[in-house]
Amino acid sequence: MDLGPYILLASLEGAITAAVLSLTAVGLSLVFGVMRVVNIAHGEFFMLGAVIAWWIAHSFGGHPAIGFGVALVAAPLIVGALAIAADMTILKRLNYDPERTIVATIGLLYIIQQMTLMGYGPDARPVEAPFNTRLAIPWVEYGADGWAMIWPWGLGTTSYKLAVIGAAVVLLCGVWLLMSRTRFGLVMRATQADRDMAQVFGIPVERVYALVFGLGAALAALAGVLIVPIQQAHYLMGADPLLLSFIVVIIGGLGSLPGTVLAAVLIGLSDGIISVFFSPTLAKILATLLVGLVLVFRPQGLFGARSE
Amino acid sequence: MLRLEGINAGYGRAQVLRDLSLEVAPGEIMCLLGRNGAGKTTTMQAIMGLVPLMSGRIMLDGQEVSRLSAYKVPRAGIGYIPQGRRLFAELTVAQNLEIGLRARKSGPEVLDEVLDLFPRLRERLGQRAQTLSGGEQQMLATARALCLRPKVLLLDEPTEGLQPSMIEAIRQVIVKMRDEGVAILLVEQRVDAVLSVADRVAFIENGRNTETLPAEALRADHSIVDRYIGV
Repeated sequence: MDLGPYILLASLEGAITAAVLSLTAVGLSLVFGVMRVVNIAHGEFFMLGAVIAWWIAHSFGGHPAIGFGVALVAAPLIVGALAIAADMTILKRLNYDPERTIVATIGLLYIIQQMTLMGYGPDARPVEAPFNTRLAIPWVEYGADGWAMIWPWGLGTTSYKLAVIGAAVVLLCGVWLLMSRTRFGLVMRATQADRDMAQVFGIPVERVYALVFGLGAALAALAGVLIVPIQQAHYLMGADPLLLSFIVVIIGGLGSLPGTVLAAVLIGLSDGIISVFFSPTLAKILATLLVGLVLVFRPQGLFGARSE
Repeated sequence: MLRLEGINAGYGRAQVLRDLSLEVAPGEIMCLLGRNGAGKTTTMQAIMGLVPLMSGRIMLDGQEVSRLSAYKVPRAGIGYIPQGRRLFAELTVAQNLEIGLRARKSGPEVLDEVLDLFPRLRERLGQRAQTLSGGEQQMLATARALCLRPKVLLLDEPTEGLQPSMIEAIRQVIVKMRDEGVAILLVEQRVDAVLSVADRVAFIENGRNTETLPAEALRADHSIVDRYIGV
C-alpha cells in the first residue's frame, strides 16, 4: 500500500479525535468565556458521560441501539444537572472568584473520580455501538491499465465512526445556533460581555451561570457518550480530554467558539496523523509545544479578542 | 419618588458611603456634585444593587428596592446609564436595545419611541455597538436605559468626552424625560452643564451628603459651588 491510503486512514482517526475534542473543548470554552471559570473538572464530566452511558446501556437489554439511544439523551442531562448542582453549591458561594474556583474544581475532579472508582470500579468496560458496519474505502491507483480503483486491504472505517463525526458537526451547529439565534444565546453573550451591566438590565446572572456550567458539562458528557463505543469507559479517562481541551482552547483563543472548533480540528487531525506515523507521545509533545508558541507570540490565541 | 435613607456602603472593608440620604422626586433632575472619589458613582451602583449596603435602605415608591436581588432592581423601574457607557460591545445596536426592552418586557412601541428620540440609531440597528462613534455610543447607552420605560433614570457623566452638539442632544433628552415625569439622578463634573439642567443639587463629600440646595441658589451665588468642589 502506498503512503496515500495510510494518510487517509490516519486522517479519519484524527477526525474522530477532532470531533469528540471539539465538543469537549467548546464546553470548556463556553464556561470560561461566560463565567471566567477555569474548570479543571471538565474532563470528569466527559468521563461521567461515558460511565453513565455504560451503566444505562448495561441496564437496558435488547438491541444495543436502545440503550445507547437512551444514554445519548439521559447522560448529558444527568451530568448537566450534577454540574448545575455543583455550581449552585460550590462556585456560587465562592462568588466565581477566578483563583478559588480553580482550586474548587480540582477538588471536584477528585471527588467525581473517586466516587466513580468506588461505585463503578477500576475496570474499563465497553459499550456496544448501536450500529457498526465495516466500510471499505476505495483508492485510486495508477497501474498497468492506467488509473484504476482499488480496495486496499485494511483501508476502511465503520459506519459508527462516521456517525460520530456527523453527530459532532450537527451538535456544533446547534451550539452556534443557540449562541447566535436564540434569546438564551443573547443573554449569555450579554453576561459574557459585562456581568454587572447584564444585571443592571434585569438578567439573572447567577441563573445564567448555572445553566452555562450545566451546558458545558453536558457537552463534555455528550462527547463521552459518543466515544465510549470506540474507547471503553474508565474512571481515569477524563485526563486526556482535559489536557487536549485546554490545549485547544488556548490555541483557539479563550472564549472564542470558532477558534476553539478550528483548533480542535487542527489538533485532532495532527494527533491522528502523527500518532499513526510516529508516536502518540510525539503528537502530545508537538501540541504542547504549539501551546507554548501561541502563548509567547499570540497570548490571546489565534482567534481570541485582545483583552483591553 | 426615589429615597435613599442613611445608606452605608462600600467595596469589601473599604466603606465609601456614610449615612447618605437623598431624595429624587418624579419630574425632577437631582444632580450629585462632588470631587473625584467622593462616592458619586458608588451611590449609583448602590442603588442598582451592584454594591451591597451595610445599612440603610433605598425606597422606590414605597418598595424597598435595596432588599431585591441586583437583577430585580431594574425591573422595579430604574434605568442606569453608567460612566463609560459600558455597552455590550460585541452585540449589535438592535441587540443592545433588545436587552433593555426585555428587562421590563416593554413592547415594540417603546422601541419606536426611543428610536424617535435618537433617529441616528435607527440607521445603525445592525451595526455592532463597538463600531459606533463616541456620541452614538452614548445615545445607545441612553436609549438602552430608556427601553425600560424607567420611573427613575441614573446618569453617570453622560456628556464625558462628547462634542458640543452631542452634549446638547443628550441634554434635550434628559429634559424631555424630566418633563414626562421621570425622576432623574445625574452625576456630572462640569458645573455649568449641571446648572443649566438641574432642579436641585446635592453636594457629596467623603461619602456624606453635606447639603442639598435648589439649583436656583447656585445660579445666583456661584461661590457655594467653589466652596464644595473648588480647585
